[in-house]
Amino acid sequence: MPDLSSLRNRPEFWLACVIAIFIVALSLATPNFLSISNFVDLTESYAVQAIMATGLFVVLIAGGIDISFAATASVAQYVAALLATRFGLSPVLVIPAGLIVGTLLGFINATLVHYARVNSIIITIATMNVYFALLMYATGGHSIYNLPEWWSDRITFLQFETAGGDLVRITLPIIVMIASLGLCWVLLNRSKTGRQLYAMGGNAEAARRIGLNISRLQFFAYGFAGFMAALAGLVQANRVGEAVPNALYGTELSVLSAAVLGGASLLGGVGTIGGITLGILMLAIIQNGLNLLDISPYCFEIITGAIILASTSLTALSVRSRTRSRLVEEAPNV
Amino acid sequence: MTAAVFLELRNVFKTFGNFQALRGIDWDVREGEIHCLVGENGCGKSTLIKAVSGVHAPDAGGEMRIAGQEILSFDPMRARALGIQVVFQDLALFPNLSVAENIAFDANLGRGFSPKAAIRRKARETLDRLGHDLPLDLPVDSLSIAERQIVAIARGLAGSARLIFMDEPTASLTRAEVRRLLDLVRKLSAAGIAVVFVSHRLDEVSAIAERITVMRDGRMVGTYPAYALDQRTLIHLMTGIEIASHHVARDCTSRDVVLETRHLSRRGEYDDVSLCLHEGEVLGLTGLLGAGRTELALSLFGMTKPDSGALIVHGQERRFRNNQDALAAGLAYVSEDRLNLGINAEQSIVDNLDIAVLPGLANRFGLISDASRTQLARDWVARLNIKLSSVEDAINTLSGGNQQRVILARWLASHPKILILDSPTVGVDIKNKEGIYALIRELSDQGVGILVISDEMIELFATCDRILHMRNGRIAGDYNPSLITEQALEERIYA
Repeated sequence: MPDLSSLRNRPEFWLACVIAIFIVALSLATPNFLSISNFVDLTESYAVQAIMATGLFVVLIAGGIDISFAATASVAQYVAALLATRFGLSPVLVIPAGLIVGTLLGFINATLVHYARVNSIIITIATMNVYFALLMYATGGHSIYNLPEWWSDRITFLQFETAGGDLVRITLPIIVMIASLGLCWVLLNRSKTGRQLYAMGGNAEAARRIGLNISRLQFFAYGFAGFMAALAGLVQANRVGEAVPNALYGTELSVLSAAVLGGASLLGGVGTIGGITLGILMLAIIQNGLNLLDISPYCFEIITGAIILASTSLTALSVRSRTRSRLVEEAPNV
Repeated sequence: MTAAVFLELRNVFKTFGNFQALRGIDWDVREGEIHCLVGENGCGKSTLIKAVSGVHAPDAGGEMRIAGQEILSFDPMRARALGIQVVFQDLALFPNLSVAENIAFDANLGRGFSPKAAIRRKARETLDRLGHDLPLDLPVDSLSIAERQIVAIARGLAGSARLIFMDEPTASLTRAEVRRLLDLVRKLSAAGIAVVFVSHRLDEVSAIAERITVMRDGRMVGTYPAYALDQRTLIHLMTGIEIASHHVARDCTSRDVVLETRHLSRRGEYDDVSLCLHEGEVLGLTGLLGAGRTELALSLFGMTKPDSGALIVHGQERRFRNNQDALAAGLAYVSEDRLNLGINAEQSIVDNLDIAVLPGLANRFGLISDASRTQLARDWVARLNIKLSSVEDAINTLSGGNQQRVILARWLASHPKILILDSPTVGVDIKNKEGIYALIRELSDQGVGILVISDEMIELFATCDRILHMRNGRIAGDYNPSLITEQALEERIYA
């Protein structure tokens, strides 16, 4: 089991410390912050981004990146909403259809990344624009408000009253988020495919030489990201009770910053589900804290941008200093 | 008694574009033998390994048998299932995964799931068989090179190997580590596992091999019992030429010093380096990979900044802010990894050649005419005897040796007084090597001070007037090539 010194080398440990400091500071500054109901509300409002983050995370581990997930989520959500409202299909058909649409959009990304061999960030920025613009063009930007009840009704799994008299509800988005994180953990840590994704992200050439099926892994990673995005899209419509084509657009960077904040490397192969969970928690706390302190929402955008810049530069710098110090370590002793 | 043949190749070809890397290979490896594969850089050894391990499919028409079974289609998974494992020169490990995961990577544990306990058990068991102990849970990128090599060998063994290829396994090891590795190879062989050992360190080859196969230009020169070859014959078989007589080292120390460093240090790279390069002198800089040679060269050329010490060029202390400063001071640097760092493969020979001297070609309006660029390229192509059809062709249409000449021309066009050549003939075949050596000597006759970074003894002894040995970032020795033999110097480097 990891002892304290190895714990100190992990970004998760430091992130947890920072989160603890934030929680203490915010609960001193605002009385509402440290309450169960605020915490549960916070979790629910971040559940959709967390579900998308798990998909993005798998792609990051595989050594790629996906910027198109929010557009994918919107397309899948809208297609499913159309099937449910215009054709009155049952959830047994609508939900799988939405998930399939998301997965297919992910496969398109995988096809382009694998066969055109273009940098995945370029490909997925382009597909993000295509997916989203097609959606806006086809729908004229109109929202669908008349979702069937099975979809728009709030589904509560657990409900209780706190000592202070607040009503706390554990709802569907929270449960789906926990299930997604769990699924993703099992996938990456316990399944063979997951370990192969880590391997490919760590050294793609070695993975190719050892004979891993690179195209299958790419399709799996981007397909999984599409699937998770679609799931997030469906959950988001449940949360707000309508399908709005541009509701998720613009969340790309905050989800990405949650991932890199949690220690996922943009170079691939490094990162844990625990880290990404903490990353989302951190972002949620920052945003909530800014709200409670009545600070402009643009500050949040500055923070997400700064996080990506800081953590990517730090990764690059630490890689460089590590290769430098390794030169000495590896110089044979006489 | 002769053991049964495990791997057998008949008439195997491999073509890349219009380059034939393997030309009709007939070869066999017996069960449990130690077999060395030797040959010059670019002779096809690596391609051969990739062909028999399923990385590259050979051209249609050849025949391959493993344990008597004819192989029709081939991929790395299948090759390993048949017991063929490769320890690549770069080891091809997963730096982010743990030692245990790397070792048990394709041991095929669990179905769809990867059980941690079984992986650790398998890894432990395999390391025990090798008689080594490594921390199973550490990521591989925290290990030393020698330890990583053990991991790579263990990975092969865990995949139930019957034949392990080791591609240049000793390139960055110390003598003691090499000895341990050779013991390990003997142990594998005793356990019935054949090992094909690729090396160009001839003393190792003769120390360990039962049979030696020599390759040249994509062909098999032949397979010989190890006792039948001495080193001179081996070199002759590998290169097809008798080694050129040694260049006679000149004493240049009374001439002007063109480049001097005093106690130059950069943390983690090189330490307290003091050296002098004289006008018209060829100074060799050798040492193990990672000894700090290239790092030092980068600082001399202004691409990194030393932490302390002085750099003196033509009697004047200089602090280069970048390599433009260095270039302006009369330095030029031909990098070691020219294929990745030095050339723009898709661009024309002209574009590649004049990139460093463009400002000098500008007319009084600051514009550059195509005619002057083409003229410059033609001049250098003629002077360096580069074989090509048109200077407008992409540089990657040239052979390695000719590409190297174009890159040399690029730097020579700036008329440097100090030229740093980092591994100038890597990937160049032997005939062209001799040509590049002659060019180095010619340049030095014209007064250019040249620093040659190399680990090839033949190269150093063919060009240098003095050889410095770097170890652990420090200068460990200063040798006159007329007073020491290649073998003796090599002994010291790998000691």
